[in-house]
Amino acid sequence: MIRVIVVGNGMVGYKFCEKFIAKSGQEKYQITVFGEEPRRAYDRVHLSEYFGGKTADDLSMSTSEWYAENNITLNTSELITDINRTEKTIHTHLEKTHTYDYLVLATGSSAFVPPIDGVEKEGVFVYRTIEDLDAIMAYAKKIKQKGATEAAVLGGGLLGLEAAKAVRDLGLNPHVVEFAPRLMPRQLDKGASDMLQSKIEELNIGIHLNKATQYIDGKECITGMMFADDELLKVDMLVISAGIKPRDELARVSGLEVGLRGGVVVNNQMQTSDPSIYAIGEVALYNQNIYGLVAPGYEMADVAAEQILNGSKTMRETIDMSTQLKLIGVEVASFGDPFIENNDVTAIIYENKLSGVYKRINVTKDSKTLLGGILVGDSSDYNSLFQIYSNAMALPKNPEDLILGSRDGSEGSSLGSVMDLPDTAVICSCENVTKGSICCSLLDETCSSFSDVVKHTKATSGCGGCKPMVYDLVKATQKSLGKEVKEVICEHFAYTRQELFDLVKINKYENFYDVIDHHGKGDGCEVCKPVVASIFSSIYNDTANKHVTTQDTNDRFLANIQRNGTYSVVPRVAGGEITAEKLIVIGEVAKQFDLYTKITGAQRVDLFGAHLNDLPKIWKILIDNGFESGHAYGKSLRAVKSCVGNAWCRYGMDDSAGFAIELENRYKGIRSPHKLKGGVSACIRECAEARGKDFGLIAVEGGWNLYIAGNGGANPKHAVLLAEKIDKETVIKYMDRFLMYYIRTAGPLIRTSTWLEKLDGGLEYLKEVIIEDSLGICETLEAEMQTLVNTFECEWKQVLEKPRLLKRFSHFVNSEEKDDNVVFVPLRDQKAPKAWS
Amino acid sequence: MEEILSQYETVHPNDATIWFKAGKVEDFPTNRGGCIKYKNKQIAIFNFTRRNEWYACQNACPHKMEMVLARGMTGSADDIPKIACPMHKKTFSLVDGSNLNGDDDLKIATYPVKVVEDEVFVGFVD
Repeated sequence: MIRVIVVGNGMVGYKFCEKFIAKSGQEKYQITVFGEEPRRAYDRVHLSEYFGGKTADDLSMSTSEWYAENNITLNTSELITDINRTEKTIHTHLEKTHTYDYLVLATGSSAFVPPIDGVEKEGVFVYRTIEDLDAIMAYAKKIKQKGATEAAVLGGGLLGLEAAKAVRDLGLNPHVVEFAPRLMPRQLDKGASDMLQSKIEELNIGIHLNKATQYIDGKECITGMMFADDELLKVDMLVISAGIKPRDELARVSGLEVGLRGGVVVNNQMQTSDPSIYAIGEVALYNQNIYGLVAPGYEMADVAAEQILNGSKTMRETIDMSTQLKLIGVEVASFGDPFIENNDVTAIIYENKLSGVYKRINVTKDSKTLLGGILVGDSSDYNSLFQIYSNAMALPKNPEDLILGSRDGSEGSSLGSVMDLPDTAVICSCENVTKGSICCSLLDETCSSFSDVVKHTKATSGCGGCKPMVYDLVKATQKSLGKEVKEVICEHFAYTRQELFDLVKINKYENFYDVIDHHGKGDGCEVCKPVVASIFSSIYNDTANKHVTTQDTNDRFLANIQRNGTYSVVPRVAGGEITAEKLIVIGEVAKQFDLYTKITGAQRVDLFGAHLNDLPKIWKILIDNGFESGHAYGKSLRAVKSCVGNAWCRYGMDDSAGFAIELENRYKGIRSPHKLKGGVSACIRECAEARGKDFGLIAVEGGWNLYIAGNGGANPKHAVLLAEKIDKETVIKYMDRFLMYYIRTAGPLIRTSTWLEKLDGGLEYLKEVIIEDSLGICETLEAEMQTLVNTFECEWKQVLEKPRLLKRFSHFVNSEEKDDNVVFVPLRDQKAPKAWS
Repeated sequence: MEEILSQYETVHPNDATIWFKAGKVEDFPTNRGGCIKYKNKQIAIFNFTRRNEWYACQNACPHKMEMVLARGMTGSADDIPKIACPMHKKTFSLVDGSNLNGDDDLKIATYPVKVVEDEVFVGFVD
């Protein structure tokens, strides 16, 4: 029986237990863990997400059952006061004594608080534990009520910038104060820091560099910071994030060797000066360094576990400090030696102030080896660069291709394929998982999916930065085995949307439950039901009225549900062209039903605040006056925006409004994997913003330029040019083919832009399919689209014509009343839902 | 907000003292919900014909307090019958009202339903 006591219950202490158990095999052991915090080990790397709504439980790394199952006794809120090394016992503050064979110190670090006058004042915090965050939140709330808004963060390192974001999310104005002349001085050079600084300043976060703080101003609570240059920064709160200090108190009182500036000295087996005591993580001083990253901490845990179990693994000589982060929405990464400068090294730097991108790679003079680099603003190359660096892989002929991409017209990453990596390449450095072990787990059939691999190898479970690469590896390995990696719809269907589309079409299903009974399991859910309903619509042009049960709420009630459960109504205004009479009708309806009115971004009028019971009455008036449903609620064509065109505009080269109306009427009502928007501009001035839409047309000399696959939304994408200078007839032909091909093959809720990105072969392939008819399906696509166009019906008109469909539109089954819970408050001469406070 | 929520407490079939007649079977759509008014309460009733069961729960989604659960979509997760709120897709077990997205703070009250002849009754204690 081996008795192991682990002091410290942080990420590294927990990892030690996990590794130890995994390695112990038949070995009998008893592990006892002591932690001074009141809770189980949690993910401190993602601590800031606590502000974003994650709970302590979400961040927790394990469950209490896990400790029990593995025979580990976990004592939280209990401190070790001293170690008796001769008797091999420890003593706790609860006056308890425990005996050990091996002791593992994983006491981590605390926030380093610089000795500045006044740091004890109220309103000064450190940023380290969940308790710290709770205290910061409470104080922020308190001062905000008094109208105070300014908060400083001391330290412009990784954690400091995270803290600044957290402070901003609490509704305060953050100021980052850094002693060094640049941000993240340990990771970034001047150019990168400048770029990061300007990006952060755009977010209204003040940056104060070169600032030594003399003292903290204020009587009892902080009111400001006085700098050495006699400048005073008025702040109401201060969060200190100026580095870490190893928690080596226990080691000191026990007479273990510690470093000059703190930290328990360890050898490459993680042993301290007492061979039965190990130190791991941020308390350990290895190679004269404290490593404040999770990856080396985990490796130390692994080494210590192995050593105790008589293994031979030792800590490697040089520890990689590469990091990739998304700070305040800005991507930042550095790897290898980011600063190295000497006669044998060339730094290749790309800087684009317009887009806020800075990239630097350090390459040997012979252009053969990559030594390190920095990425700010766009770190999408990080994974490839890191692999090239850490595996000392050969560089392309022009090393600048690594950061600029290949510029001879061919696309593809600088790395080529992930499969080109050696098996020894470490893909997940937090968990030290190699490419070999990921692929092996699939090849020997231990795993059969991405999630299996994650579970089995633990890859991606640390910082998560390696996720795309692990995903690519899984996909490529599966492909080599002749298996497709499928994005299945949900637990009820083991098919992709495209497969389900084909199944429905071939078997001519018309009812959701037929589909699930034949090809799925269970009762369906809010994910698969609308997918199947959308497929029915795309194949049969069924309106939403036919599949009420499987449509999501908007399609079910043919209106958009809004904040208080009332609905908004958007009649179609094709191309944005509307007569005065029709405008008056909309106005009259809004007045009669007391609706909030707003012009939308897509040239329509949105009427808000309609009770469910009133929807049929509203539509009765609208339809009687020649309106039809605008499908603003559907995953379908919303609107085709237009500029005024050559009828009125002195620059207009063609009739954009007329063409927009024609296109909107052609494609109105068709259901698609995601909503669709179009735009038509009569000249390159682009007043219709056509290139921000799923399809966009711009009139040019000699015809129309057709752009596709753009969108607004969270990840805006400019549309790309599909064909140039084509006539209207050709536009419609290509449009039919493009839309139908997208409808048939895209995944659920995948926009055209994402669809195109994922399409093997990309735009060039799509051009072959749509323009050159390489698959020989264009005729079918056009015919399918024509059927949809020919069978359009306004679904609101259907409802009003069939009284049995009207039953749906009442709030209560047993009463004619409206929802009495709905309360409105005034808003700028109109009204809005009352907020629940 | 608490006031509205506090009206709703789960009633177990054996505890029901009042069986309120909510309507006829045909008044309720199949495999989805209908809302009824009982005193000042709004109760969502689900005629889950696919499972041959009836369920009832509060109509208010505890997440943002809209009276909309009856308008959500029914389904199942690991064979537990559930309702997905149409607003933000929080899903709740129709059996015990627990939040299937794992947020213990957001639970809903459930009520017993019985069908006698072709009439639908919901059980309350007051």
